[in-house]
Amino acid sequence: MLRDITLGQYYQTESVIHRLDPRVKLAGTLLYIISLFLFENIAGYVLAALFLALVIGLSHVPFKFMVRGMKAILFLLLITVVFNLFLTPGETLVSLWKLTITREGLHNAVFMALRLCYLIIGSSIMTLTTTPNHLTDGMEKGLRPLKVLKVPVHEVAMIMSIALRFIPILLEETDKIMKAQIARGADFESGNLIRRAKAMVPLLVPLFISAFRRANDLAMAMEARCYHGGEGRTKMKPLVYQRRDRLAYLCILLYLGCKVAVGVLL
Amino acid sequence: MSIVKTENVIYEYVKRDEEGNVDGVIRAVNDVSLGIRQGDFIAIVGHNGSGKSTLAKHMNAILQPTQGTVWVDGMDTRQEERVWDIRQRAGMVFQNPDNQIIGQVVEEDVGFGPENLGVPTEEIWKRVEESLRAVGMYQFRSHSPNRLSGGQKQRVSIAGVLAMRPRCIVLDEPTAMLDPSGRGEVIRAVRELNQAERVTVILITHYMEEVIHADHVYVMDKGQIAMEGTPREIFSQVEKLQKLRLDVPQVTLLAHELQQRGLGLPDGILTTQELVQALKELK
Amino acid sequence: MALTVDHISYIYDPDAPLPQKALDDISLTIPEGQFIGVIGHTGSGKSTLMQHLNGLVKATSGHIYFNGKDIDARDYDKKELRSKVGLVFQYPEHQLFEVDVFSDVCFGPKNLGLDKEEVERRAREALARVGLPEELYDQSPFELSGGQKRRVAIAGVLAMQPEILILDEPTAGLDPKGRREILDQIKLLQTQTHMTILLVSHSMDDVAEYVDRIIVMSEGKILYDDIPRNIFRRYRELEKIGLGAPQVTYILHTLRENGLPVDTEITTIREAAESILQALTG
Repeated sequence: MLRDITLGQYYQTESVIHRLDPRVKLAGTLLYIISLFLFENIAGYVLAALFLALVIGLSHVPFKFMVRGMKAILFLLLITVVFNLFLTPGETLVSLWKLTITREGLHNAVFMALRLCYLIIGSSIMTLTTTPNHLTDGMEKGLRPLKVLKVPVHEVAMIMSIALRFIPILLEETDKIMKAQIARGADFESGNLIRRAKAMVPLLVPLFISAFRRANDLAMAMEARCYHGGEGRTKMKPLVYQRRDRLAYLCILLYLGCKVAVGVLL
Repeated sequence: MSIVKTENVIYEYVKRDEEGNVDGVIRAVNDVSLGIRQGDFIAIVGHNGSGKSTLAKHMNAILQPTQGTVWVDGMDTRQEERVWDIRQRAGMVFQNPDNQIIGQVVEEDVGFGPENLGVPTEEIWKRVEESLRAVGMYQFRSHSPNRLSGGQKQRVSIAGVLAMRPRCIVLDEPTAMLDPSGRGEVIRAVRELNQAERVTVILITHYMEEVIHADHVYVMDKGQIAMEGTPREIFSQVEKLQKLRLDVPQVTLLAHELQQRGLGLPDGILTTQELVQALKELK
Repeated sequence: MALTVDHISYIYDPDAPLPQKALDDISLTIPEGQFIGVIGHTGSGKSTLMQHLNGLVKATSGHIYFNGKDIDARDYDKKELRSKVGLVFQYPEHQLFEVDVFSDVCFGPKNLGLDKEEVERRAREALARVGLPEELYDQSPFELSGGQKRRVAIAGVLAMQPEILILDEPTAGLDPKGRREILDQIKLLQTQTHMTILLVSHSMDDVAEYVDRIIVMSEGKILYDDIPRNIFRRYRELEKIGLGAPQVTYILHTLRENGLPVDTEITTIREAAESILQALTG
């Protein structure tokens, strides 16, 4: 059923990674991605792979779930490889008709592909082990320093969490309106692009009206419950760093240190 | 002292046509004065468009009167600096169960109000637990609201208001979108709150069977209070209620029908037991 | 000319670890011209069953025959079926989208590919059937009252001139006045056109005085399928599944238990009063 769709593909299980503070996971992911672009050598990539393998092992999420995320970017990956492979100038290895593969091209293609894979798997670990709710909380608190720059951090986080609550409801509503219009003979599936776009009107108009009505109701309900922005608000579930979070930060820093050392020394 | 008091309240809004020109002024509430005692169970009934929901929204400072005054716990609702105090004192539950739950988990939604009030974390947890227990939803605390039935969602909304420790709860047609079992669930929870916690309840509804247990009933029509009194007093006037096109409980209708045919039954019979008793006495 | 449901079952998401049976081996026949009430509480499967009847949802197993033809057959024209079996959804006013009432009602017949004249003739007739005053035809549907919007939405399905009309909770969310008006209008429609009507509701009080037959659903199954009088006789069993009989039934049973020999199978106030008077004097 539509109500069961989980966004951001959260994988429910018990693990150390699941229990980590979302801020640690956000910062960790960010640092890991940066580390991928620091230095380029085989030892560094092996180190990044080892670190990734360790986190995957700790997360208790089956590896096939992470690979599933890769499918979506397979096309992007292919393009990157092809471009790098054929369009990098340098010492020619193979030459076929007008296409040439250079040593540098091969090198770039392989490393670029690896980098992308690591990047996708690395960030999917974050979404797989953190509920959208938690992620929003982590962003709100983690990005708090940006408030000085007048970035509406609290508001953005609130919008995200409300969206997350209402997306399943609106999906179900879409399904219902669609069925109701089909019952009145509407046809959403045949005809050319213009016809199809026109056929969407009976679906979109009611959907927008409903979304606005809900937004209106919700705003009133929030005000009635004394919501007046982030000012003076307390938290039922405040984020507090535990020992494991500090340890996790330490691990990440250790990894970064190693990565830099390997890059500089080799 | 009254917890909610209105004096000659008038609420008007301007209706505009498509070009934004003034099309006319509509008077939704027309000169309503009433006083509600702390701890009472009050029902306001009337059909759609009678002005009952508009009046209810004045009791939580969502709307301000065009003329006249509304006091909540002694505070004039037009004082802007008191608006959060007023909303904390008089909580509000709305009609659509889906459009008033903010949290993605039941307990987080109940915690939303106290969070806004700046209640310390530990105290929030305590209040959330108490409120959920009071409406019998504690075992669902870690569920997603999307998986609950309509009646359960409304009970969560009531808990959400309760966690703000209000002195009065205004329920604006909380059962209009529910099925009979959901309706029963909500009304039972509300009555329990009124009796056990002495919270003032103001129930806006169009279901007459829900007002039988109220201490005092107001019937609204065309923005005005058309009738008021105890449920028995109200239900004694079957013809007047029918003229206002309101439902009368079937027992009351039956007793009325029997009266008309010459049986000497007392006025305003509200329950089957009462009818049985009255008929026994006749025999 | 009838609709036959032959042992259908429907399972939500068969791949789920615990597949849920929304419908469990349902069989029934709907003959022409009958006025049927379908009762069940939320989640009993009644809405799902209705969506099967016009082919919006396909049964996991079993067959549905409309006028003798299997509606799931490969060459069956589903669009034709949907025009013959009209389904009015719960809160149907949520599907209104046109700029004015009249165009909205035209949407259905227009989709059937009829010419403009016929479309407008049908729309006019349908709007008259639901009792909407003519001066509202040019108004935006969004400016109407709740009860009026619902009438427009019902007219939108009626304009397709279905042989069977299914109304899923047509009174949900309306006040008592609006509720009675809609129900009376549906009854009038039935007596005037002798159309087959299925009225889905969770309230016995809504259907008791109108229908010829009641189908009670619970947990995806048909629990009872009988004339109202026989259904209400089982009020204690109905109560167990959270439904109950009309209030009058309760009153009369209580009176009888208290030694007053009244007829317990009565469903209207007037008859009940007569029976009580008789019991008292006789």
